[in-house]
Amino acid sequence: MATSLKGLGDNVFLTQLDAAANWARSNSLWPMPFATACCGIELMAAASSRYDLSRFGAEVMRFSPRQCDLMIVAGRVVMKMLPVLQRIWLQMPEPKWCISMGACACSGGVFDTYAVVQGIDRFIPVDIYIPGCPPRPEQLLQAVIDLQEKIKKGGTFDAREFALRVLPEGPPRFDEEELIRMRERNQPQLKGLGYDPIH
Amino acid sequence: MSLRLAKRNMSPFAGRLPMSEVLSSLTQRFPGATTAWASFRDQERVIVSRERVFEILKTLRDDFHFNMLVDVTAVDYLEYEGARDRFGLIYCLLDTESGKRLVVKTMLNEPDIDVPSVTSLWSGADWMEREVFDMFGIRFAGHPNLKRILLPDEFTSFPLRKDYPVQGRGERHNFPVITRAES
Repeated sequence: MATSLKGLGDNVFLTQLDAAANWARSNSLWPMPFATACCGIELMAAASSRYDLSRFGAEVMRFSPRQCDLMIVAGRVVMKMLPVLQRIWLQMPEPKWCISMGACACSGGVFDTYAVVQGIDRFIPVDIYIPGCPPRPEQLLQAVIDLQEKIKKGGTFDAREFALRVLPEGPPRFDEEELIRMRERNQPQLKGLGYDPIH
Repeated sequence: MSLRLAKRNMSPFAGRLPMSEVLSSLTQRFPGATTAWASFRDQERVIVSRERVFEILKTLRDDFHFNMLVDVTAVDYLEYEGARDRFGLIYCLLDTESGKRLVVKTMLNEPDIDVPSVTSLWSGADWMEREVFDMFGIRFAGHPNLKRILLPDEFTSFPLRKDYPVQGRGERHNFPVITRAES
């Protein structure tokens, strides 16, 4: 036995199982492009030859959530799309991560209207935020590098670090009471031609 | 462009009335129903009463050759300076042979904000009337499938009405939150 180990030399490494899993996972991320707007074009640019996302092991974009572990939400999400986004997120296998790309996905951007969700982090967990409108491809590459760092530092073999995150991670829920107060303040201006407070 | 149109109007469409005559004969045929009209830089507009709008549109299609309904849209005049009516419902018509256009507008006031559907005249009106219903809540009597087209079915307001707040009434944030532990 001792004689057979002797010849192995540098061919054997001792490490933790977590570290081995993190090393493998962080260097082969499979993005799920959830591209709904112009950020999607930058996402495509980042994946193509000039910026070459494959240098960081994340170039295989799959349009099936079952085959992905990194959701890149690139663009604004409207209230009709949000149930779809949540469903796709739930369909992705563990362990999985989420990059919120661009001002619209992070905060709604300039689209502060009745239909646009003001930040996807209100409804799904987000790991990395990318500012910009749209962000440069370099910023997306930096986000992938940062996510690799995050996985390498905090990841576990059985993804048990996710089980600790039991609270909603986005901003607090929309305050409907404040909206009612706002409408009451504006009431005098609206008196006039057939004002109907119901519709 | 205008020369070419003028030439085309000369001979092959000899029996066709010029545009201003369409308006005048419309006024003659429906006395009292056309409340106002305007003509500016080849744009012809006429405002008709809600009760006879279907009749007038049918006449425009059958007798005046407006064979295409380009658009159906609406305007909410709440808080608009000098406005006397709440909604304006607008039909944009086109004669595809001569290229003539006509804008027909009818004014609506609550609670009478239902008009006859024109899907029997132009079947392309189907989705356009659904969009007007979706955004303004104007009901089209006789429409085959009057339901929301853009917004989700559970939406209860009509967002292009001026008394609807721009940021909504919280519909955009009325969803369950998925935390990391449960996903």
